Order: sequence, then C-alpha cells, then structure tokens
Amino acid sequence: MKSHQLCRSSSSFRSRLRAVPTRLLCTAALGAFALAAPAIAQQPASAPAAGAPAAQSPPPGSPLYGRPNTEGAARLAPIPAPPLPTAVDKLPVAKLKVPDGFKIEVWASGIPNARTMRVGDNGTVFVGNRVVGKVFAVVDKDGKREVKQIAEGLHRPNGLAYHKGALYVAELSKVWRFDDIEKNLDNPPKPTLIYDDLPKDEPHGWKFIGIGPDEKLYIPVGAPCNICMPPETHAQIRRINLDGSSMEVVARGVRNTVGFDWHPETKELWFTDNGRDWMSEDVPQEELNRVTEPGKQHFGFPYCHQGNIADVEFGWGKSCTEFTKPAALLGPHAAALGMRFYTGSMFPAEYRNAIFVARHGSWNRTNRVGGDVLVVTLNGDGSVKEVKPFLTGFIENNNYLGRPVDIAWLKDGSMLVSDDFNGAIYRISRDK
Amino acid sequence: MLAVLARVLIASVVASAASAATLEERLAPCLACHGENGRSETPEVPSLGGQPPMFMLIELYQFRGGQRPGTVMTEFAKDLTDDDLRTFSDALAALPPPQPPGPPKDTARYGRGEALAAQHRCGSCHNPDFSGREQIPRLAAQREDYLLKALRDYKSGARPGYDPAMAQVLYPLDDSALVDLAHFLAHVAPRAAP
Repeated sequence: MKSHQLCRSSSSFRSRLRAVPTRLLCTAALGAFALAAPAIAQQPASAPAAGAPAAQSPPPGSPLYGRPNTEGAARLAPIPAPPLPTAVDKLPVAKLKVPDGFKIEVWASGIPNARTMRVGDNGTVFVGNRVVGKVFAVVDKDGKREVKQIAEGLHRPNGLAYHKGALYVAELSKVWRFDDIEKNLDNPPKPTLIYDDLPKDEPHGWKFIGIGPDEKLYIPVGAPCNICMPPETHAQIRRINLDGSSMEVVARGVRNTVGFDWHPETKELWFTDNGRDWMSEDVPQEELNRVTEPGKQHFGFPYCHQGNIADVEFGWGKSCTEFTKPAALLGPHAAALGMRFYTGSMFPAEYRNAIFVARHGSWNRTNRVGGDVLVVTLNGDGSVKEVKPFLTGFIENNNYLGRPVDIAWLKDGSMLVSDDFNGAIYRISRDK
Repeated sequence: MLAVLARVLIASVVASAASAATLEERLAPCLACHGENGRSETPEVPSLGGQPPMFMLIELYQFRGGQRPGTVMTEFAKDLTDDDLRTFSDALAALPPPQPPGPPKDTARYGRGEALAAQHRCGSCHNPDFSGREQIPRLAAQREDYLLKALRDYKSGARPGYDPAMAQVLYPLDDSALVDLAHFLAHVAPRAAP
C-alpha cells in the first residue's frame, strides 16, 4: 500500500493530506497525544548469562507452576471469552437440553461477558463481568428485555449483591454501594466506597460477593497463584458489616470460590471451590463445601485437595484428616462457579432447597468436562443425596458452544443462567 | 501542526467509516504507524503482521471502550462498529508476520531471555514458536521496545489486560527479567510450529 492512498480516505481531507508522508502523519498522531513515551532505559547486561537450564520450574506464584513439561500439557491454555456478544440468532439454545417438563429459551442477549447475576426487588437483573469493566441492568419491558449500562471503568466488576434497594459491586479490590438503584437505572447514583482493605493481586483476584441472612457482606480472597503457600490474608472467605467494619474470617483453605449461597432453612453457608491445575487430567475435582462452624473450618488448600488427596508438594507433613471434607465433588477442572438454592414454587417439589451449580467447563483437561448446570439434592440431615445434570449441551465435539457462569431466580420461580462465552442469559421454566 | 495532522488522520478514519471507503483506504491510517508490511518502524508501536484475529479484536474492543487508556488508539477506535472491529482485525492479522531486525545485539541477554521464556513456559500459551493463538498474541520478532513496554505495563497494572493471565504470569518476575525476555522475543525468528 502506498502512502498517498491515505488521501482517498475522505475527499474532504484530500487536499490537506496529499503531500504528507505516512510516517509524518504517524508521528503527528502520536506526538499530539503526548505519547512519545520516554526512550526505553536500556539496562546494561548486569550479570553474565545465567545459563539457566531450559527445564527449570516456573517460580511459585506463576499460574504455570506445577505444569509438567510434556506435549499434552503444552496443548492446554485458558479458553478466551470473546468480547463481542453472539448475535441472538446464533445462540446455541436449540442444542441445550433440560429435563422433561422444562423448556429453555433466550431471555436476554448482547450483554458482553455476562457473568454474575443478581435480581432486584422490581425484577431488574444486574449483570457483572470479568473483562469489560462495566455493570449492566436488564429490565423486562412489555415482554422484551432492555439492556442498560449502569457503571463503567471498573476493574473486573464480577461481584454483585443486592440488598434493600442497593446494589453492591465488587471490583478486584474495592466494594461499592449504589443506593436506590432500581429507581435510577437511567441516571445511576454516585456509588459509595464501603470496603477496600483487599489485596490487589490479579491471580484469582476477581470477586464473587453475597449478603448473608446475618446481614453481613461475604467477600472471598482467592489464592494468588495456581498452587502456593498463600499469605494469611488470602485463600479465605471473610465477612464484614455492611458499612465495611468488623472484618472476620469465615472459612480458610479456600483456593478460589466464585459462587456461594445460604441454605434457606439451616442458614448455613455453602460454596463452590476450584481446585488446582496441572496435577493430573483427572484430579483434583472441584468442591462443593458446607460451612457448619464459621471461622473454625479449614477446607484444605494448599495441603489437601478434594478432601482425600494430599498435594504433591504442600501435602507433605500433613494429612487430609486435618481438614474439612467437601460435601460433594464436582468434576476435575470443571470450574464450578455460581450456585444457588432453589426456593421458588415453579419447579417440582423434588427441587425444593436443592442446589443448582453452574459449571463453566474445564480448560486444564484434554477432554472437556462441565459446561452445564448440575442439581444437587440434600438429605434431611443436610448431607448430599445426589448430584445429577440439569442443563447440558454446551460442549460439542470437545468445543464450547457456550459457558454457564451463574444462576438466578426470577420472581415466578423460573431460572436464569448466564453465559459469558456468548454474552447471553437463558431462562428455564416449566413446560406444562 | 502536529495536532492538526493528528486530527486529520483520526478524522479520516471516522469519516471513512461513515462513507463508502474501501477497506484498503480505511486501513491506511493503521498502517501509517503499524507498518505497511506487518512490521512497525515506529517506536513503541507494535507490529501487527500475523497476529491472531481474536487477539486483534479483543485489543480493538478494549481501545474502543476506553479499557486501554493513555494511547492514541482510543481516538481511532471509539466510533467503530462491531463489524468494523471484526473487519479491521481480520485484515490486519492477514499481514505477513514480522522478521527479526537482525541477530541479537547481546547474546548474553538473549540467552537469559531464552532460559526465562522456557522456565516461565511462555510457549505454553503463546506456542513453542511464539506465533500466538486465539486471544494470545504473536511475540516472535515483535519490536523490542514495545515488548518491554507491554511487559512492564502488565506487571505494573498500567495495562490491566483483558484477562488477568499476563499479570498472573509476571507476578514473580523482576524488571531485569522483562528486559531480557523482550530482547530474546524480539529476535526469535518465525518458524513452522512443530
């Protein structure tokens, strides 16, 4: 391409551009924005070549720490969430399967990276995400959904909670409160910062938050690594008063939870936790955990995985018997994220107080697992009775058609499932 | 003068988006800085040849939404449609991959960078030949000054990234390691993936 072709871009600029070499234009563009950044400090070679062997392990803290140097492992990498939502007519809803008696439909689309969902008193569905820095609100208007952007410029606003008219939004290291949000969707109020005493680590730094029956705000702090000895401040779930005061740790040994909820009757906190990578294709499995003694339980990380496998490194000198075992195992690398108890009246009685779990689907495994919603039913004593699939069909020929992240309930008792791969929300309801 | 020229260049992108300009015409302002043959000759401006289209799309998306602030790119991208983003990504990615500027100037730094890349498994995501895939950019023969700026910005948080992957990988690395890595990667010749 020749530089003079620039001139054709728009006839109104032709005369001014004609004689200008492209490189000068580039210098101008950069210079005008004061971006002629300082020259790179060329650091002198400070030491002789270290001669480090190529097979040296990555340091603790690296997400690749623990990855074996084999061909099969080298083929695995995290799977990207496309930034542009999928057009509504390209969504995979026809391939998704629900049990007999239920139906699934697209409820909303065009919500980039749709992840955590919370429902307001008037039925507004708030949607957070990990990669686009915005918070969206979906309103149902005459049977059609309208998507409004209510905040932007946030750093990984994945954590949302709704309580008494206010929306709580957790960025990586800050929690904000938007008062009276549903009345002000078109002109959202300036948020109030309520808590920022949080680490700023990117690894597992995005948040899931929730407000418990005790009116406290629960905030996890993930392990800042794939597998490492975490600082005291990490690998935990903590709770604070709604004004940000009185922090206390509720659970320890938690690698990275991106979903929790409270049992509707016992009020116990249950949470999903994602196990370490690179140990094996088949272990460890993700966990479903139950907090019976807040502040006193340790759920194993980094010493023990899935309740019965000592870590190949940090497990030495420890025994899995020292830690609280998971209530259920949710599949190797399957990324169990959002979970919610069912308290509605639309679904059959067998689902009452059952836990629905969204599995985002594995990346650290050759044959993909997850990419579905499971239903976990409980016995009278609160132990797990059965885990079975509820919504499936997101994996086709070992490729993702979509990836479920979170679950929410509409007022009529129907279920919403978010899909960050397509930027969409599906609704599941009774068919008869 | 510079400011006027800059406005003209940006206006030409925006105006051409609205008019029926050919793709070639619309790409011209991009190539003015990023290089006409996939290789940038402009300090701290990356070569785009051979980049995976998905990576390009993600970066343009972030520029458009102001998620990579502090560069001229937001001005260029702010009025582009979703289809524009797809078109520009595909067209720029189809440019030929850059070749290294020559043999490494400092073999000791190159050697340290190579060992660091192996130790930190850069090739695990970026491919063993650093050609990139999907959302993961091509690194081989990228401009050294750009590589170092990108690594430092990921490390400091100045460039949060679309996904936190790079911040995670760079967490345990110090600045001298970034300098060595940039020198090595800038001089890696493209080769067929094994």
